[in-house]
Amino acid sequence: MSDAIVAEGLVKKYGKVTALDGMSLRVPEGTVLGVLGPNGAGKTTTVQILTTLQQPDAGRATVAGFDVVKDAPELRSHIGASGQYAAVDLELTGAENLEMVGRLYHLGTKRAKARGRELLARFSLGDAADRPVKGYSGGMRRRLDLAGALVANPPVLFLDEPTTGLDPRARTELWDVITELVAGGTTLLLTTQYLEEADRLADSIAVIDHGRVIARGTADELKDLVGGERIELTVGTHDDVVVAQRALARLASGEPQAEGFRLTVPVTHGAKALTEALALLAVDGVEVRDVGVRRPTLDDVFLTLTGHDVTETAKEAV
Amino acid sequence: MNAVQMAVTDGVTVAKRNSIKILRSMDLLGSIVFMPVMFVLLFGFVFGSVIDIPGISYREFMLPGIFTLAVAMGSIVTGYGLTDDLQKGIIDRFRSLPMSPAAVLIGRTTADLILNVTSLLIMGIVGLLVGWRIHTGVFEALGGVLLLLAFAYALSWVMGTLGLAVRKPEVFNNVASVAIFPLTFLANTFVDSARLPTPLRAIADWNPVSAITQAARELFGNTSAVMPVHDVWPMQHAVLASVLWIVVLLAVFVPLSVRCYKKATSH
Repeated sequence: MSDAIVAEGLVKKYGKVTALDGMSLRVPEGTVLGVLGPNGAGKTTTVQILTTLQQPDAGRATVAGFDVVKDAPELRSHIGASGQYAAVDLELTGAENLEMVGRLYHLGTKRAKARGRELLARFSLGDAADRPVKGYSGGMRRRLDLAGALVANPPVLFLDEPTTGLDPRARTELWDVITELVAGGTTLLLTTQYLEEADRLADSIAVIDHGRVIARGTADELKDLVGGERIELTVGTHDDVVVAQRALARLASGEPQAEGFRLTVPVTHGAKALTEALALLAVDGVEVRDVGVRRPTLDDVFLTLTGHDVTETAKEAV
Repeated sequence: MNAVQMAVTDGVTVAKRNSIKILRSMDLLGSIVFMPVMFVLLFGFVFGSVIDIPGISYREFMLPGIFTLAVAMGSIVTGYGLTDDLQKGIIDRFRSLPMSPAAVLIGRTTADLILNVTSLLIMGIVGLLVGWRIHTGVFEALGGVLLLLAFAYALSWVMGTLGLAVRKPEVFNNVASVAIFPLTFLANTFVDSARLPTPLRAIADWNPVSAITQAARELFGNTSAVMPVHDVWPMQHAVLASVLWIVVLLAVFVPLSVRCYKKATSH
């Protein structure tokens, strides 16, 4: 299997700010890479260089076999890109938006129109096709923007934070659309701030910070790095803390930690472990005040990998 | 498809998109088309009641000035449209497509030219209704229309450059208003600039808007027989001066706007 996207040692500076500092990535054909990182880590700059919108100061990259600098004009016919903000025309209808994009891919008027209708139907926008985008919801606008990236049926697709700013329902809908899309064999590079999103959509994940990759692996591998899931529970008395700590050690994947009346228990299968834990505690007569499974967040991954949290990088980027 | 064919084809696509946008944004249409119409009525009847231009009715004298004002205001759309597209990421979307890079600017200025044709047409009809008449032949009148449109097109590139230089729609709107009002009022558009105090008169005499307005008056036959033309070169040779202004503006601002476009998109 050859690589659809190869980036080697990309460097990009904006004045004194180093956006990319030796970014290297490989995405095998037909797979999905999730680029995970906080604001200011270099996600958007990476996508902009790979989609020919910016030129790197150093390093090289090829997409679908085309050099992103030397072959930029040819490359543009082979990629689709959808940015962080839905770049669609509010005054135009959904159909007009896609027709315009199709014409600019030089499909010809007839094919541009037909392709637009086909994509609108596929993304559940058929009913809204002839309404101005102004009346679309945030989720509909994102789907339209994504449809715009697919007009020329490109083999390689770039989605820069496709669900940032969407409500949970719209996010889930968009995830379904993307899942269906990559099932068809499209190579996808997706950037996100959410581990959950990368987990759900990506075959492998590259965690980036300060313009370079600091870890890569599957979602499970990354979660293992930060200790996987944990059960957090609060009990009423110090005696109960001791009893619970001893009882839960049996199903924990690591040492249960106690802090005041609060107990943190690392586990492998959160939901299953939770049921077992509650059963064990009931047998021992421990009264549980509050309990829940916590999955590792990007914050946890970051804290573990870099020793600083997400907001710090975001602050530096400003 | 070679580069020129592609620039034209894609330019048409972008121009079509821009035209639809203009047609559907009522605020834009309002300020560009209805404001000059309001000016015709307000200035025609308010100024017209107190300003006396010897040998010609004020409204006939004023209309070519309003035409120039209207196309100058139309050019604001070019800059505003580009800043808006920059801010909303539309330009980045265009740049990621295999289209002609020139089409963004060509499509923008072409759509705004179409807007200016419409605006002039409406203005002309309103003018005829309030007593403005063309007193020359078809060719001169046509020349007047073409001159106004060519000036509008050149100003589009000026405003486009300005928009790409400041990049933010709100900032551009402020800068453009500050630029357009002195440009169109420190001129012979509404008054006989001979009666202005000396320093203002010097500015008015060499203002491109004055040359265009004077040329339009001559080509439409809206000059006064008893009012002497100022003894300065641009007023004495208004048509030639206008053509020169248009050529100079295009020669400077087309390449400059291309440079600003590249700079604005390589942030």
